[in-house]
Amino acid sequence: MRMRMVPVVLAVALFAGMAQADEPPRLTIKDHKFQPERLEVPAGIKFRLTVRNDDPTAEEFESFELNRETVVPPGKEIPVFLGPLESGRQYPFFGDFHRDTAKGVLVAK
Amino acid sequence: MLATLLIVFREMLEAGLVVGIVLAATEGLAGRMLAIGGGVAAGLCGAGLVAAFADVIAGAAEGVGQEIFTAAVLLAAVGMLTFHSAWMTRHGRKLAAELSAVGKAAVLGDKSLLALGVVVGIAVMREGSEVVLFLYGIAVSVHENPLAMLMGGLAGFVLAGLVSYALYRGLLTIPMRHFFTITNWLIALLAAGMAGQAAAVLASADLIPSWGERLWNTSFILPDDSWLGRALHALVGYSAAPSGVQIAAYVATLALIVSLTKLAQYETPRAGRSAIRGGRKIEARS
Repeated sequence: MRMRMVPVVLAVALFAGMAQADEPPRLTIKDHKFQPERLEVPAGIKFRLTVRNDDPTAEEFESFELNRETVVPPGKEIPVFLGPLESGRQYPFFGDFHRDTAKGVLVAK
Repeated sequence: MLATLLIVFREMLEAGLVVGIVLAATEGLAGRMLAIGGGVAAGLCGAGLVAAFADVIAGAAEGVGQEIFTAAVLLAAVGMLTFHSAWMTRHGRKLAAELSAVGKAAVLGDKSLLALGVVVGIAVMREGSEVVLFLYGIAVSVHENPLAMLMGGLAGFVLAGLVSYALYRGLLTIPMRHFFTITNWLIALLAAGMAGQAAAVLASADLIPSWGERLWNTSFILPDDSWLGRALHALVGYSAAPSGVQIAAYVATLALIVSLTKLAQYETPRAGRSAIRGGRKIEARS
């Protein structure tokens, strides 16, 4: 019985992996706020975070904890290469041009 | 207005510190004000251009154009600073002798001045383009009085200029026998910091290996975001949590400049000595 479960488990794992690959982590800037403001990202591996800016003005994605600082032009999206991050740790980030509203945190899981 | 002032000052402070060091390092060179002033002016124009084409730059090379561009200008600055260090070692003693002999000597250092003018231009351009994007963002989205904003921005810029001047005057109080040693080290550390930053930026775009992200973290002592952290970042390349490749680039650049200056010292001992003797002669006569 147990052995028969193996292909199922493998299929589920593969599907989960594919689903994850299909939906890479993504942040959108709108009205000088990040959406979502709390985003789960994979821990322990390198990954690509896409940051999109839907505002009419430029924003700067910045994080001291991640050592990143990069301009996101209006209406554009840019890749941010991250990781490997520590599991369970939180990595705050902000928009340098609108520090009072544009804030968020990545949670590595 | 105050918010604008603070942000412009914060961004331009780093460029201001670079200008301060360059002012001190070019003390006694004829035509340096033209080179430095020209560098600032060209840097401001460049800042406007970089801001205007921010989307083109960011969109290039599959989204990592910004990182490539930043690293390229930083490495160009590192090259210029390295060239200046080697040049200064060849001519520094002569300069020191003439400076102490006649106060301000009209020593021509065209190529070296041009190199440092470019460094100033790059520093102003890098920090300035962010300021332009930021101010433009406020100008179009917030209903703030544009005149107040302009005044705030201008005040922030002038304040950063005052920091340059203060640093320059401070460095001038160093006794002459230590002056060139110290300014040479400042230039070498400036170059090492920029090289480290270039490596960090390339690693952040996954273009080169990072050799370990965040090898250590001293942000509990001195955070990157603090005023002192920012100042030291601009001056000696301080980074609270550097990556392995950043440290490697830093150390390699420092080693390169130190060995280049040692080499230049061996090559020109005779010229240096005779120049100093000549300087003393003038001193004795007057």
